[in-house]
Amino acid sequence: MAVVAFVVLAFVAVASGVAVFTVDSMARATFALALSFVAVGGELFLLDLGYLGVATVLMMVMEMALMAVFMVMFMMNPGGLMPMSMLHNRRGAVVVSVGVFVLLAAGSVLVPWPARRNEPPAEPTRALGEAVMGSKMLVMMAVSAVLFATMVAALVLATARGRYDRADSPEWP
Amino acid sequence: MTLPMFLLLASALFSVGLYGALSQQAVVMVMMGLELMINGVIVAAAALWWFLAPQQPDGQVLVLVVIAAMTVEMALGFAVVTLLFRSSDADMTDMAGKLRG
Repeated sequence: MAVVAFVVLAFVAVASGVAVFTVDSMARATFALALSFVAVGGELFLLDLGYLGVATVLMMVMEMALMAVFMVMFMMNPGGLMPMSMLHNRRGAVVVSVGVFVLLAAGSVLVPWPARRNEPPAEPTRALGEAVMGSKMLVMMAVSAVLFATMVAALVLATARGRYDRADSPEWP
Repeated sequence: MTLPMFLLLASALFSVGLYGALSQQAVVMVMMGLELMINGVIVAAAALWWFLAPQQPDGQVLVLVVIAAMTVEMALGFAVVTLLFRSSDADMTDMAGKLRG
């Protein structure tokens, strides 16, 4: 049963990942990527990672909703009404990515993976929470500093007047 | 379910994302390729945690950090895209060949 669920979710994840780069409409590409993330969240559920699966699904669905707005802002052809190719160096990209896949797949099949060292905890989410609030607290503190730096940096980059200009300066667009 | 099955799925997602990141011209589509690559990394990290050492929480914490990194990449990527478009009217990677503003 679990294997069937794994195969179905894996197929959905990879197929919608391929669809991201093959459909014409940017809106469809965005929702295909969201579907791929939902399928990966389902795979995390199969590994008993309920919290991380839900977090992935919620964050990615929100992120893709934002992504759709940026698509409409920045793409020449967001609706896909005039199909046109937006690719460069297609053959090189295919060669590189197929080569990487063969390498990674060979590694994942041929490497003699060690046996499982111990049994999983009864409640993985509880184990994660205790780790984050205990032995791994430094990780979360670093992540929070990074998130704050991201907010500041994104604002500085995206505002029109940058870091040093004033709004009434002659360079104001 | 075995570990190689999950790692094969992760490899497939990573390679599809790599193809997109290399071949797409629009900056936003390149970022979608990067997201798909990180998607594969999430699968691989979670599977390695579950099949190798589930009693240690390190693998779960790694997945959490990867999800945070994905959000940061997205936010800063869009800020850079906005800046690029404002300064040189570029929304394609080939139009942004030089770093001078």
